Amino acid sequence: MTDAGRATPNRWKRFSDWDERPLRLDSFAVEDPANGFSAMAGARDPKPGARVVGGCIVELDGVAEADFDMIDLFIARHHLDPDAVEEAMAMPSIEAARKLVDMNVPRQELTRLARGMSPAKLANVVAHLSAMEIAFAYSKMRARRTPGNQGHVTNAKDDPLQLAADAATAVAFGFDEIETTMRVSRNAWSNALACCVGATVGRAGTLFQCSSEEAEELQIGMAGFTSYAETVSVYGTEKAFIDGDDTPWSKAWLTAAYASRGIKMRCTSGAASELLMGFHEAKSLLYLEARCLCMQRAMGAQGTQNGGIDGAPLAATMPGGVRELMAENLIAVWLDLECASGNDARSSESEIRIGAKILPYLIGGSDLICSGFGSILKYDNSFNPSLFNGEEMEDYLVLQRDFEADGGVTPVEESRVLDARRRGVEALSAVFEELELAHVDEAMKASVIAASGSRETESFMPRQVAGISETIKERGITVVDVIKALAARGFHEEAENLLALVKLRVSGDYLQTSAIVRNNRVISAVNDPNDYGGPGSGYRLSVERRAEISAIRDVLDRDEVLRAEATYEAAETRRIAYRSMGPARPGNDPDEVVIGLSPAFGLKLFRTLAGHPLSRVIEAIIAGIGQTGKRARIVRMHHTGDTSFLGLAAARLAGSGIGIGIQAKGTAVIHHKARLPHNNLELFSNAPITTLDHYCGLGRNAAAYAAGDMPEPVVVPTNGEALGARFHARVALIYAIETGLTRDGAVPEEIAVEFAGGTR
Amino acid sequence: MSDKPKVGVDDYPLAEQRPDLVRGRRGKGIADINLKAIMAGEATMPDLTITPEMLRLQADIARAAGRAKLAENLERAAEMADLPQDVVMRVYEILRPGRATSAADLAAIAADLRATYKAERLACFIEEAAAVYERRGLFAFRY
Repeated sequence: MTDAGRATPNRWKRFSDWDERPLRLDSFAVEDPANGFSAMAGARDPKPGARVVGGCIVELDGVAEADFDMIDLFIARHHLDPDAVEEAMAMPSIEAARKLVDMNVPRQELTRLARGMSPAKLANVVAHLSAMEIAFAYSKMRARRTPGNQGHVTNAKDDPLQLAADAATAVAFGFDEIETTMRVSRNAWSNALACCVGATVGRAGTLFQCSSEEAEELQIGMAGFTSYAETVSVYGTEKAFIDGDDTPWSKAWLTAAYASRGIKMRCTSGAASELLMGFHEAKSLLYLEARCLCMQRAMGAQGTQNGGIDGAPLAATMPGGVRELMAENLIAVWLDLECASGNDARSSESEIRIGAKILPYLIGGSDLICSGFGSILKYDNSFNPSLFNGEEMEDYLVLQRDFEADGGVTPVEESRVLDARRRGVEALSAVFEELELAHVDEAMKASVIAASGSRETESFMPRQVAGISETIKERGITVVDVIKALAARGFHEEAENLLALVKLRVSGDYLQTSAIVRNNRVISAVNDPNDYGGPGSGYRLSVERRAEISAIRDVLDRDEVLRAEATYEAAETRRIAYRSMGPARPGNDPDEVVIGLSPAFGLKLFRTLAGHPLSRVIEAIIAGIGQTGKRARIVRMHHTGDTSFLGLAAARLAGSGIGIGIQAKGTAVIHHKARLPHNNLELFSNAPITTLDHYCGLGRNAAAYAAGDMPEPVVVPTNGEALGARFHARVALIYAIETGLTRDGAVPEEIAVEFAGGTR
Repeated sequence: MSDKPKVGVDDYPLAEQRPDLVRGRRGKGIADINLKAIMAGEATMPDLTITPEMLRLQADIARAAGRAKLAENLERAAEMADLPQDVVMRVYEILRPGRATSAADLAAIAADLRATYKAERLACFIEEAAAVYERRGLFAFRY
């Protein structure tokens, strides 16, 4: 029998710790090119090649014309520009890659080259770039200068009231586009009308789409409720495309169909969809996506939603999968397409992986950084959780502020959000009543306005929603009816906003590449082209935009700290009084421990970072000193606020030679008169987690040192809190208040403290 | 094939730069499409509907901005704008794999687009699809 205590360990317990991390819920796959698991180097990826004879492409990426599949045929006929092929294909890939990251090579020169490049060539070029180079090239090559963002607005009940409230909220946060979809497909018309109304609150021009079945989506668009679409999916292998029940020609037909109805549209594609569908042909994610993107340009779509999309979590299981997602976005913008750059399907349970994933897009900008930021809570997202969700909105807002990067959204004050939600709910209720679709009572409204998510609402039941949706469809209600209803019920501004949006479709200005609406103006790659050419060019934060991004909630300033302290002052005055007894003299009593207070202690500052009233802290220290019969004497220092010098100066005044230095924020030290300033006996540096018991122990230990003993040091246990993040802004402001009161050479002052219970 | 472009990049956005050119289906200018007109029933859905002419102007702008493929799509859209919705959806459906049983089905569609709607670009596009579908066996039964 082996003694259990001596058993050879069979595991480093750190692995058990790691097992508990959210990261371990993610799955990872080995690279297996033959089975389609390769980000950029598929087993059967072709060598780049294209041959033109008599103005026709007769060979493409190693395939002769006679063997072209329908995708090759579409790309050969509609993507490749025979005049550009020879030059572009002859250029060494590394040279083209260098041009992508060369700020002196204009974007137009590169988009011209891309028109002559085959899918394998495009993939081959971007594969030469590191993740950082891809991010930089993306920032240089994206079509529109001003970055934007798109939000999802859905809920688990398809509750129209909540959709209206959340659409109004998403507009307040500044999303350029909002997208909804349904839990139950027959609710499409209700969802569309509800979001359409909610999105009129506060501002005109937020583009809106209702992702649904192709024919229905187009009909909803024609009724005027929606203004864009991004459901036209394409796939990179012939079999996957056919399995998706389409061809490049049928999708091109739809592409024109949306434009013919004045509706903005982009296609959708993304890494790993072919792998998920079982038709990958042993080709890499990147090569197949390059084919998809060439087709989209060939179809004449103004843009794409790519960067993994539903396949992003699968791409992220592979080595280099996340870099591949960036690379495919780069090909999209290199092909001069608007890019709604994915960052939607949540690709990890690890918040670190999520934060890392978004960063290149946040700092580099993108036409739509997320093609669905979940503006709602995860469980309410009918598309499945996004990379970022309602839960993490403030994290994202802070990232914008950290990096001074425009992530396309704006912090909003609490009261403004509440107003927007109320207005959205009231507007929809009015429309429902005016159009005799439903009656909304006050309790329903109240529950939705305040609700963070649908689990908190008492609103429409699913059957009612289905009825409303069917009525809208059957009665042929259009956006004109909605505008009239809004105006008739006094929602004049909302009616005007909705009309302004619908009017955009008459001119078709937003059919151009990368179009969004800002301040009632269409901006696109035509009138706001990305002109990046190095530092000082391209998109830069304006002073106003920087101020907007910086205005997150609950920021500290000096006045705020002083105001907070002032609220504690009154209570402290009732508990303790500090009476000046004149200049402090050195003591002779060997039983005496001197407590050296900082200049602002109890005068301008009244509690420690842990929130303890300073009166209680002094009381605890005095009690600790008194436990073994020693005596505390209190002195206020005016020459320093530094803990070490407070302690050393106190020690030099003490008959025992032992002193305690303490700052108002609670940082404390035990010192001996003969020691060097920074070589103290004990330091209590973690004020935010130092308890009154610890302060009592501090006094007790100081007394023990005074008695010549060597006590066990007091340990303030830490759980690894990021105390700097939590407190340093306050510490800096507080400490400045201490140092502001110091005077060079000022002598220590003897203090008698009087507690409410009596003098000590 | 294309006429001389009527507008260029400097005319964009048309609603701001060339409001004189922007008209809805019934010829109403955008300045006349306002809330008052909507409430009075004088502005209706057709006035908020894009026209083939607008789509051709946007095609000119796209081409001037260096986006020939987008321009071609907008030109197809210009032809499609005159197609009734059920025709648009019927043609889409028959272009999906396995819906048409032979190239002749698509040829008939192309002929109709040409004859009824003078949609030359769309007809050519369908004919091209027919040849590819034939070649790739996409007239195979699916359901």
